[in-house]
Amino acid sequence: MIALLKIIEAENLKKQYNGFTAVDGVNFHIKRGEIFGFLGPNGAGKTTTINMLTGLAHITAGSVKLMGEDYTRNAIKAQALMGIVPDESNLYEELDGRENLCFCGALYGMDKKQREKRADELLEQFGLQEAASKPFKAYSKGMKRKLTIAAGLIHEPEILFLDEPTTGIDVAFARQIRSLITNLHKKGTTIFLTTHYIEEAERLCERIAFIVQGRIVREGTVVELMQETQGENIINFILGGDFSAVQTEFKNSFPDYNIISGKNNSVSIQSPASFSLLPLVKFFEERSLPVFEAKIVHPSLEEVFVNVTGIELQKLQNEQSTRTGPGQKGGI
Amino acid sequence: MKPWIAFFNILMKDMRSYYLKPPNISWGLIFPVAWTLMFFLRSPVAVEVRDLLPGVMALSILFGTTSMLAVTITFERKSRSFERLLLAPISLNLLMLAKTSGAIMFGIINAFVPVIFAAILTNLSGINWLMVLASVVLIAITSTFLGLFIAVSVTQVFEAQTFSNFFRFPMLFLCGLFIPLADLPSFIRPVSYALPLTYGADILKTAVSQNGVIAVPLNFLALLLFSGFLFAYSIYNVNRKWIL
Ligand SMILES: Nc1ncnc2c1ncn2[C@@H]1O[C@H](COP(=O)(O)OP(=O)(O)OP(=O)(O)O)[C@@H](O)[C@H]1O
Ligand SMILES: [Mg+2]
Repeated sequence: MIALLKIIEAENLKKQYNGFTAVDGVNFHIKRGEIFGFLGPNGAGKTTTINMLTGLAHITAGSVKLMGEDYTRNAIKAQALMGIVPDESNLYEELDGRENLCFCGALYGMDKKQREKRADELLEQFGLQEAASKPFKAYSKGMKRKLTIAAGLIHEPEILFLDEPTTGIDVAFARQIRSLITNLHKKGTTIFLTTHYIEEAERLCERIAFIVQGRIVREGTVVELMQETQGENIINFILGGDFSAVQTEFKNSFPDYNIISGKNNSVSIQSPASFSLLPLVKFFEERSLPVFEAKIVHPSLEEVFVNVTGIELQKLQNEQSTRTGPGQKGGI
Repeated sequence: MKPWIAFFNILMKDMRSYYLKPPNISWGLIFPVAWTLMFFLRSPVAVEVRDLLPGVMALSILFGTTSMLAVTITFERKSRSFERLLLAPISLNLLMLAKTSGAIMFGIINAFVPVIFAAILTNLSGINWLMVLASVVLIAITSTFLGLFIAVSVTQVFEAQTFSNFFRFPMLFLCGLFIPLADLPSFIRPVSYALPLTYGADILKTAVSQNGVIAVPLNFLALLLFSGFLFAYSIYNVNRKWIL
């Protein structure tokens, strides 16, 4: 039951910078204990949304609530429950690892004993014990990222905001960070994760919102989002000859199939229903194009994202061009 | 939530990271020492040393606080570590008080460096030390808040330096310390009265040599008003400019 509670609710959240709309009236909520993913291209408004939710940016319009209580104008109480890991490491260069963590603990009112104990716990958990007394400026990029995440966790926040936690670090570090996120999730921490790695979102998040140009274009559980591509199948062929020679013939023979790409000896075909493989193979073999490989591709969240954002981008652009009359600002 | 823990630790971190760092101690302490020597060694007559003491003290504070605060805050803003402080669950007022307290304390310490030198060179009896301390504290507060005012007006560290000098050097000549207010051209005098240092310096003069020209309560009132205004205006600007 508690798991279903909305811990954060954003209503018509809007942010303008000198007339430029960075976030355009988004609505969403985060349930207690879930990993909520905010997925969008560069400049979509992900960081701006985090800034509004955490009190680092003034809200132009709309409201934010923490467990039903409005904190649009005063975020102090909400901030006490939030851990924030920014997109760039912003700890103190001159302080060492432990000092940085302890200082961050102090900002959240932890007393000396408490924060020192917790700092040591985190240093161990993140494998940074040996770097504990090294100054932050001597850390590698991956270590910096880890310590920045640790700093966000020092006061054991209920809600953790992670702004692109795995961007710009190597695969092994990224994997460690992902497993850390999973562990935190198991312990009941609510996590708000922004990323542009679709696979990461798919793997980690329970619910995902796609944000494009400041608007949420889709929102739902991973399963819900994947349903959009249900019934869509793609099959890739590697042939023993050039496909273009038979392309027209192919279209005539299989009018229901859609050729996504056909270059040299490889071709991708999309079908709204399931494929019957035999007639296809037969078609190629009869035209002296031996089939070396046939692979059915299951759609991933990436297809959904590309479909959704591609379509929606076009839709938004069309709308803007048709919205020519004066004073016709506002939603769709 | 215990906001004072945050307050105390911000203050201590700044002390350790900035004010008590060797290069800054040297800037903060050697500067007053140099000023002190420059003036005192030029004035062999003991009585003159005493006359110069208020001026040197006031300048030590001014040079130890204003640019120091402006530079450190601008630096933290650029490295984005300042965002951490803005995200902490404490009020903006408390945060900015914590950020300024370090500089204020540093300014107070700086003020007493020339006193040590003066004590070696001359007899310092008959000075109203309580009044000296009160004015030193108030000068340190207004000078620091002036630094805060500068910090919210610039984005680059070098601008903070330049802008600090823009305020400090005119103050030096217009505050009545080296050129008495009465000797200044009358069209410049209003500018003098618009500078907080004028009032602080006058209290120091009264406390050290009983030769201030403005009533002491008026001086204190002026300094309090300057502090209140500079702080409130800076908070208003922090809220407007730094919280995006
Ligand atoms: N302080 C600011 N002033 C003006 N415009 C801003 C400011 N901050 C962000 N923007 C603009 O708002 C839009 C959204 O930016 P935001 O940083 O939220 O994007 P993002 O989704 O986090 O992108 P990224 O994936 O690159 O981090 C961008 O067009 C950006 O240029
Ligand atoms: Mg971002």
